Amino acid sequence: MVTNENKLREQREAEPRQGTPVVAKFAVRDLGVVYGEVQALCGVNLDVPTYRVTALIGPSGCGKSTFLRCLNRMNDVIEGCRVTGKVALDELDIYDPAVDVARLRTRVGMVFQKPNPFPKSIYDNVAYGPRIHGLARKQSELDEIVEASLVRAGLWSEVKDRLHDAGTSLSGGQQQRLCIARAIAVNPEVILMDEPCSALDPIATARIEALLSELRTNYTLIIVTHSMQQAARVSQQTAFFHLGVMVEVGETGKIFTNPRDARTRDYITGRFG
Amino acid sequence: MTEKSCSGGASHRALKLNSRSRRRRITEKIFRGSGAGALVLALAALALLFISIVGRAAPVFFQYFVRVPIEFSADVLDPGGARLAASLAAGDYTALVRRGLAVLFPEVADRSGRRKLFRLVSDGAVFELRERVLEEPDWIGQQREIQLLLSDEADLYFKSKPRGADSLAHAGPNSLAHIGLDADQIAWLESLRAQGRVSRSLNLAFFRAGDSREPELAGIGGAFVGSLLTLAVTFLLSFPLGGGAAIYLEEFARKNRFTDWIEVSINNLAAVPSIVFGLLGLAIFLNVFGMPRSAPLAGGCVLALMTLPTLVIAARAALLSVPGSVREAALALGASPVQVVMHHVFPLALPGILTGTIIGMARALGETAPLLMIGMVAFIADIPRSLSEPATVLPVQIFLWADSPERAFVAKTAAATLVLLAFLVVMNLGAVLLRKKFERRW
Repeated sequence: MVTNENKLREQREAEPRQGTPVVAKFAVRDLGVVYGEVQALCGVNLDVPTYRVTALIGPSGCGKSTFLRCLNRMNDVIEGCRVTGKVALDELDIYDPAVDVARLRTRVGMVFQKPNPFPKSIYDNVAYGPRIHGLARKQSELDEIVEASLVRAGLWSEVKDRLHDAGTSLSGGQQQRLCIARAIAVNPEVILMDEPCSALDPIATARIEALLSELRTNYTLIIVTHSMQQAARVSQQTAFFHLGVMVEVGETGKIFTNPRDARTRDYITGRFG
Repeated sequence: MTEKSCSGGASHRALKLNSRSRRRRITEKIFRGSGAGALVLALAALALLFISIVGRAAPVFFQYFVRVPIEFSADVLDPGGARLAASLAAGDYTALVRRGLAVLFPEVADRSGRRKLFRLVSDGAVFELRERVLEEPDWIGQQREIQLLLSDEADLYFKSKPRGADSLAHAGPNSLAHIGLDADQIAWLESLRAQGRVSRSLNLAFFRAGDSREPELAGIGGAFVGSLLTLAVTFLLSFPLGGGAAIYLEEFARKNRFTDWIEVSINNLAAVPSIVFGLLGLAIFLNVFGMPRSAPLAGGCVLALMTLPTLVIAARAALLSVPGSVREAALALGASPVQVVMHHVFPLALPGILTGTIIGMARALGETAPLLMIGMVAFIADIPRSLSEPATVLPVQIFLWADSPERAFVAKTAAATLVLLAFLVVMNLGAVLLRKKFERRW
């Protein structure tokens, strides 16, 4: 079963960007996060390759979501949260005081665990980001952006006749794809996904996973997941977190077939977690 | 096989459960019954209140008039013959009314009898005659049949005896003593009615007129406009201030000792008796800022102070109920904190904030105590035209009328209460509609 998965994965990996050198989009060095008195994350070093899917796995409370939220500074809004170390996005230190957090977040988008469309129409949901950042000068340009984003998120054919219905009227899986379209609309380089399928049924999950491998051609994806099968199916690189430490990172195939660390092996074989 | 053994065991258990479940069912029935009972009781009390108020207020909405032939003689009204507005206004209209009544009752010759007769017609009739003559100077020199407003006692007499003289015989003169009419006056009124000179019409003046010492002339218009102006000031001050404070505290302020202290203070202020706010208003708005006494401006400011804590608490609760996922979604798209609040959180919280505002405004509408301190509990006959003119408000008007000795004010009090309740209902209805308009589900 696992080898079968691997074969499929290797095939998929071979397709899109063969020959292009893997450049690190994010370079994380010695990252630590403290919530008040609690050390949530400690000494994380990780390179995130461009145009790849990086999966973050590990038991609940191990710090993988915290790590993800460090990458677009969503932790800033949590009171008592302090971040140490360095996170570089294409050489840019994103914790530099001179960095405009709003601009950073247009480059690094995010999709959340529970689908959270705005209580507005489908169109307005997707158009919100381009509107506040002035990405479209004319209504027709905005229409184009909305259509392109919905097409990329694989939702266009389902909603093109009811763009002005409420976004919350869609099914759970459609809502999550709407959120992906909304994130795509501001043309980010990286999309962070925090357990995007945990609230969805298996069919909707399969659709999102298929979408991930398509999105990989244009975006760098980082996905937190509790499902190791999902990590194996969609990712090229996997990082295993445990108790606030990044235990191991490597090619997904290697992590699942031949982990170096005993804790990783115990986790993926289901001995704990 | 297994099913059989299961059901055998279950029947034993089911019996044991039955006594417990019966007890539980009884408790539930009692609980539900007492809830329904409380509701029925409350509805009955409400119905009783409404029936009694409407029953008392009903006579206010129509008034009795008497048709009197008036001789608009030029020598009384305009001795100079110039027909100038100033000289016409100074004419002796009281004399016109007296002469008109004397024509109807030539047998009343003595001075005190004439005075009693004249007292049957309202003082307002004289003013109205003047107004009409100023409008139509051609009337001078003519004789016309004019509808004159009856005095409150005469009005009350006809309202209590709408049928005719025969009912008087049963009741006897004593039962009418409390109205303030003697047997002569009642006889005159009955003779007027017998001549077909008494008529009834709708009393729209009640809604237009200001307060008056004469019950038949007193209207709710002044207090209504006063309430409207005062509440407008209250709303314009408290909604932006309270909403802004709530947004800042809930969305932007860091949680520390200072903001904790502010929160405790706001909660305490919400429980402060309203008269204390009146004292504060007297000290600050009147003495320091020199605002006009008895004016809607000062009253609105005081009521805004009183409303603010309630509003801030309600608005914060509304903001808190907006799910964090909406904030995160907007932030992750690169919206600034102000954009997050203005585009998402505030619109979603608006229905709740409006509800809080309406609760505060409803309380402000019914408030008299703080207005006592800034002089809004006063006899104000004119309808206020601006925020700085003396005014009174509906609950104060109710209080003033309830305090008046004339019997006709009893009905006026009930009618004013009805107007106040209608005002409240309209306000709440408006709030519900606004809320429906802004409400969105997530």
